[in-house]
Amino acid sequence: MTSRIKHFPGTSLGEKDFDEGKVLFVHDELKADYAWDTGIGIGSYLAGLKRGVILGSYCAHCRKIVVPPRTVCEWCFHPMNEYVQVKDTGMVNTFSLCYVTWDVQRISEPEIPAVIMLDGASELSDSSVIMGGILHKLGEVDPQKVHIGMRVQAVWKPEPEREGAITDILYFKPI
Amino acid sequence: MSERVAIVGIGWSGFRPGTPDVSYKEMIYEAAVRAYNDAGVDPRKDVQSFVTVAEDFHEGTSIFDEYTPDQLGAAMKSMHTITGDGLHGLATAVMLIRTGRFDVVAVEGHSKASNILTPDAITAYAQDPVLNRPLRLNTHFVAGMEMNRYLYESGADADACAGVVSKNRRNALKNPLASFAADFSPDEVLGGPSLAWPLGMHETAKSADGAVVMVLASEKTSASLTDNPIWIAGIGWCNDSPSLESRAWAKLPYIEKSARMAFQQAGIKNPFGEIDFAEIDDTYAYKELQSLEALGVCGFGQAGALLKDGVLDPAGEFPVNVSGGSLGVGHLLDATGLHRALEAALQLRGEAGAHQLKDVHVGLVQSWRGVPTTSGAVAVLTN
Ligand SMILES: [Zn+2]
Repeated sequence: MTSRIKHFPGTSLGEKDFDEGKVLFVHDELKADYAWDTGIGIGSYLAGLKRGVILGSYCAHCRKIVVPPRTVCEWCFHPMNEYVQVKDTGMVNTFSLCYVTWDVQRISEPEIPAVIMLDGASELSDSSVIMGGILHKLGEVDPQKVHIGMRVQAVWKPEPEREGAITDILYFKPI
Repeated sequence: MSERVAIVGIGWSGFRPGTPDVSYKEMIYEAAVRAYNDAGVDPRKDVQSFVTVAEDFHEGTSIFDEYTPDQLGAAMKSMHTITGDGLHGLATAVMLIRTGRFDVVAVEGHSKASNILTPDAITAYAQDPVLNRPLRLNTHFVAGMEMNRYLYESGADADACAGVVSKNRRNALKNPLASFAADFSPDEVLGGPSLAWPLGMHETAKSADGAVVMVLASEKTSASLTDNPIWIAGIGWCNDSPSLESRAWAKLPYIEKSARMAFQQAGIKNPFGEIDFAEIDDTYAYKELQSLEALGVCGFGQAGALLKDGVLDPAGEFPVNVSGGSLGVGHLLDATGLHRALEAALQLRGEAGAHQLKDVHVGLVQSWRGVPTTSGAVAVLTN
């Protein structure tokens, strides 16, 4: 049918047409509230943050540490019940300079999300590897000077203000 | 290609109205460890593919597929999540095995219903956003309307529906997995508050938390894993028109079609005579009666009489929801179909404990995705 029509004139739409109700649409909002049980692994992690420490769990079978701690090792499926305290210092694995916020506002000073490879657990003398790192933000730094491999350290909220949340660490700053 | 598929491992965690001590991942891990141990398999080596059933809005996480592998031992393995009931997951696993590409497949379903603080708002989002949602009706209204038309056309009465609640919650007294076991009379059911008339509050299953994991294997592989395989002799699924304007309110044509599909595979011609027991939908009490009729266990309008004559009791000729059903055990959201398959598998293995039926060989399992859907599935399990 459309093959017989050579020219589609089209109708341009502007925001005004929506405002004036010339285009029919329906608006709705979802009231979706959840309260996730943190459980054993993540619950311990958050409790650790409140105390100012970063916990990981250790798999003796794989000799791997993972942050945050969990109850099962995803590599060997053995239970992972041993917690280890890792340091709050580390090295930037990767980062980005974000010029758009969470709620989609453009900003001139970027936010700097980063994955930080945390320094090991001192109580383990073997060559256990920390798998991955911690996802957080960088602060007190010139965005243009951030680089992969940069050494950083956690800046904690003052203890009375900590509530057992990932935001108990404010950001990581260069050292 | 004609190879049969068996359930060779079953595991569960829960079921309780709340599970604040564990995260959903830890709950799933517990069920998975039990299922793998039951099947005698190592998920990292022996299980070749994994299926999770989950609904993003129930999890509070979009693209929930990302959150399913590690607790199942499925990291870096063939794995996918489907938005369906547990029986859809079971059907998916059967098909994966029937391709000949996979011998051992795990299926997982779970509910953390207690974590959803606004469940009615979530369900309301299943309504058509343009045509139905602007009317601002609590979605239970769909069940109220369906029950009303079902009673009107079938001649079933409120007493029969109340009898379903009483039977199932009493059955649950013998099931340690059940959260809502009670000696609850039909009069007490009918004396309760109304939800969406004629549907009463006590005729509506309450939700529970829990996880179910099943390990399935091809016929050849199952022989080396278990002496007690439970065969998935037939499995079918179907969706009707989603429209609230045009669906068949008194009957469940999508369950009829699902049943035909499953029965044809299983070679069942006379469900009442050839099937020993059933674990079927009782999300709302009337659904048990309406579903029995759609499944062809009896004619339209006859299920109420079967209930009143005690035919559906554990000691009756055709026991239905001996486990307690969703009314007695609790509704496990997307895991509900898997819960029913679990109960059927336990019966067929002779491991159902205090509610074990004698001499059972063929079990019928059916489930529905709840209001406002017309999405259902049926399976026939044998030992
Ligand atoms: Zn390990």
